[in-house]
Amino acid sequence: MTWAGVLVACAACYALKLAGLSLPAGVLADPRVQRTVPLVPVALLAALVATQTFASGHHLVLDVRAAALAVAIVAVVVRAPFLVVVAAAAATAAVLRLV
Amino acid sequence: MDSARKGVVRDALGIAIASGAYAISFGAISTTAGLSVLQTCALSVLMFTGASQFALVGIVGAGGSVWAGAATAALLGSRNALYGLRLSSILDRSGLKRLLAAHFVIDETTAMAIARESPAESRFAFWATGVALFAFWNLGTLIGALATHLVPDPKVLGLDAAPPAAFLALLAPRLRAREPMAIALAAAVVALVCLPFVPAGIPLLIVAVLVAIYGVVRTRP
Repeated sequence: MTWAGVLVACAACYALKLAGLSLPAGVLADPRVQRTVPLVPVALLAALVATQTFASGHHLVLDVRAAALAVAIVAVVVRAPFLVVVAAAAATAAVLRLV
Repeated sequence: MDSARKGVVRDALGIAIASGAYAISFGAISTTAGLSVLQTCALSVLMFTGASQFALVGIVGAGGSVWAGAATAALLGSRNALYGLRLSSILDRSGLKRLLAAHFVIDETTAMAIARESPAESRFAFWATGVALFAFWNLGTLIGALATHLVPDPKVLGLDAAPPAAFLALLAPRLRAREPMAIALAAAVVALVCLPFVPAGIPLLIVAVLVAIYGVVRTRP
């Protein structure tokens, strides 16, 4: 089941890339499309940050992940590299679970 | 090779090495989420667009279905269609080369290609960045996946708490104005409010529909 989802998602992502190169310019050059599409990742990534930090199944919870996110926010604000942001968050969660 | 092209190759390698480091975290997060090493590597070879890959494994890791993850990955990949549109005048319009070029249409290759003075230079920058990035992205993924695979319980390393940080790092460069900031906050609130009442992964699709409506309604004809 996981394989099917992985491969379908890969095919969909490739089709979108190819569509941009292949479709007549008119469809994607529409101002509504040009304006809306860049907003989608902003909304989805923000929703992913929120749900993956505060959700446990169908419940909202406050646990070590919130502290890990707070550390990640600081790392992003001081413009740390990607790997440092992720490692700092993971380390925060690991350390807090020990204490 | 002239000095302009040497500069392009140097920049492409810099981007590729930085992405390789970021791919290590993808490999680690994916394996922690329960995907096999082979599935993790397949995502980097076949999907090859970072935010979508992180979304799929993040959702699976949080207990969502792989189909919710696949839908979110595709929605995040929609921006690549716009990059393809910008690149279509630069890249070959037909043939096998275009099918391969399509695979490399992502944030980094687009940014490198459109910043050039001639179509020939743009093509060179596109391919140099695409090939270097593909190599390091997949190498980093393999290293991250294998290293995590050897750890009996990745939770001890806090890796299960890493996905939100990865999403935040992908989001931050897109927040340089007031409107995206407001959209990000609204999307986070909407997703959390919906969460207790709908199946896993659905809050993300609700957010995607709402932002699409917002974008279309707010665009003046």
